[in-house]
Amino acid sequence: MVADRAYLKGARIGEPLSRLDAEVARIVAALGATGAVRVEPEALQPADVLLDLYGEDIRARAFTVRDEGGEMMLRPDFTVPIVRLHMDAGAEPARYVYCGPVWRRQDAGSRRPREYLQAGFEIFEAGDPAAQDAEALAVIRGALGDAPVRLVTGDLGLILATIDALDTSAPRKAALRRHVWRPHRFHALLQRYGVGHASATAARAELLAAEAAGGTQAMITAGGVVVGLREVAEVAARVSVLATEAATAPLARQDVDRIEAVLAVEGSASEALVALRGLAHGLPALDAAVDRYARRLDALAERGISPDELRFEGSFGRTTLEYYDGFVFGALPVGRDDLPPIATGGRYDALTRVLGQGAGIPAVGGIVRPEALMALMEG
Amino acid sequence: MLKLGVPSKGRLQEETIRWFAARGVELARVGGEREYRGMVEGVDGVELVLISAGEIPGELLAGRLHLGVTGQDLIRERLPRWQDRVDELAPMAFGRADLVVAVPAFWVDVRDMGDLDAAAGAFRARHGHRLRVATKYHHLVRSFFEHHGVADYQLVDSQGATEGTVKNLTAEAIADITSTGSTLRDNHLRILDDGLILQSEATLFLSKAATWGAPETAALDALRTRLGLENAPAE
Repeated sequence: MVADRAYLKGARIGEPLSRLDAEVARIVAALGATGAVRVEPEALQPADVLLDLYGEDIRARAFTVRDEGGEMMLRPDFTVPIVRLHMDAGAEPARYVYCGPVWRRQDAGSRRPREYLQAGFEIFEAGDPAAQDAEALAVIRGALGDAPVRLVTGDLGLILATIDALDTSAPRKAALRRHVWRPHRFHALLQRYGVGHASATAARAELLAAEAAGGTQAMITAGGVVVGLREVAEVAARVSVLATEAATAPLARQDVDRIEAVLAVEGSASEALVALRGLAHGLPALDAAVDRYARRLDALAERGISPDELRFEGSFGRTTLEYYDGFVFGALPVGRDDLPPIATGGRYDALTRVLGQGAGIPAVGGIVRPEALMALMEG
Repeated sequence: MLKLGVPSKGRLQEETIRWFAARGVELARVGGEREYRGMVEGVDGVELVLISAGEIPGELLAGRLHLGVTGQDLIRERLPRWQDRVDELAPMAFGRADLVVAVPAFWVDVRDMGDLDAAAGAFRARHGHRLRVATKYHHLVRSFFEHHGVADYQLVDSQGATEGTVKNLTAEAIADITSTGSTLRDNHLRILDDGLILQSEATLFLSKAATWGAPETAALDALRTRLGLENAPAE
């Protein structure tokens, strides 16, 4: 038991460990074959960086430790540690390869491992995004060899472009973009801006009437004594945002349907292209995103990954821990429900902007789970 | 011997003793006021353990108590997947309290969790940090906020006088237990329309981790009969 590790029995000692070491070396070599620099980020990461990025939800997933220097988290993945390392090293274009353990909190009774290895690579380069996306998937597929996996792809850029293409107000688009990764709130917002608009407005009738009559201040005063850091001006500002929202026409039925349709697209990557072209008809903003998607398919084909055999799912990558905002992919084990995705990855341009305080760089990468891969290969 | 854990002091203890007495089971402290041992009269094979109410969830989890009286809020907060670890034998209709999300009453723009999320986004943009929610129920509150898809908030720990944290500028909103809401009103706070996280009452819990041999099972059956609770079907 003590010698067991994620998905592998006895692989912390002796011959099974040697086999894993060899497998890790092979994967790292394959991932780094295009001239990547080997890096080893710190296992302990500042909790505030992860919390500011992912929010409180990360506490349920990452282990927190503290000493007198402050609160730290055991890295739950490599993306943030690598981006921090990259930004600290001057943010010049670079490619990195790495391997090491990550730690995730699990619920009582869960069979998922608390500790497992990730081997991965990240590309921080300007240039042709389609070519880089295709390269990322090709490199990962190369590292997986002939393992029985099913590749699945998605594209969060399409969802973001569908929001941008909406014929509605900028605050609504910003609110929807903010919650792309939280499906429950996202759909509540669509409801509120669409079929629920009239009832949401009716529920605030008193406040809206006061606002229209210049009585916001009186209403706030009547609400109660002013306490706390959030000021009266902030409350008043949001009341006027609510008034503007109430006066904005509800989302057209076909606009809401289009978002749902983009999220529901499923099939081969080439079938998805046909469906997406249809959905983007007459919408330049979405059409441009579909063009990018099409160029990626061409780039994938050039790397020998046929879009006819590659699966696409419109919602793929929407609820992962990662911060993807473009191309996403996963390699799912065939016939092994007990194993997690053997590899995952994608594009996360926005994350580098957030962690770089505005100085961003296009970024794409992916990870392999060596233990899961070995468990899959050895049956 | 079946061990029954009961709060060692205060109103919760008095109400518990009264609840059992009304069903023909006398709980009595043995020895002096400071001694945490007790007796159970009316049912054989049951030992009374007087223990701090906050420790009862952990003792049930560890199986050192077979039965225990504590609040549902504490069980749900302290025991992940609590349904797998304890059974609720009997809600006891006292110690009622609601765990709620409350904001300053003058926030006329914030009626529900969706508003709180939007306000948190604007607050963070303006103040440079996430909107702080003071609570001691970290697990329950985080799950509730995650369920509602709230972003841009942070939990700050408050083990007491939580209602005062907003006035003291250590939090912008709170999630706390309230029974009548009067303390919230006194502190100029208002409960969100959909801000009810949990309705809690004192409850007699059964530990699934405890050792249930023949004597304990027999004592449990006798106690259930005495208390007017249905006996569990044989498994």
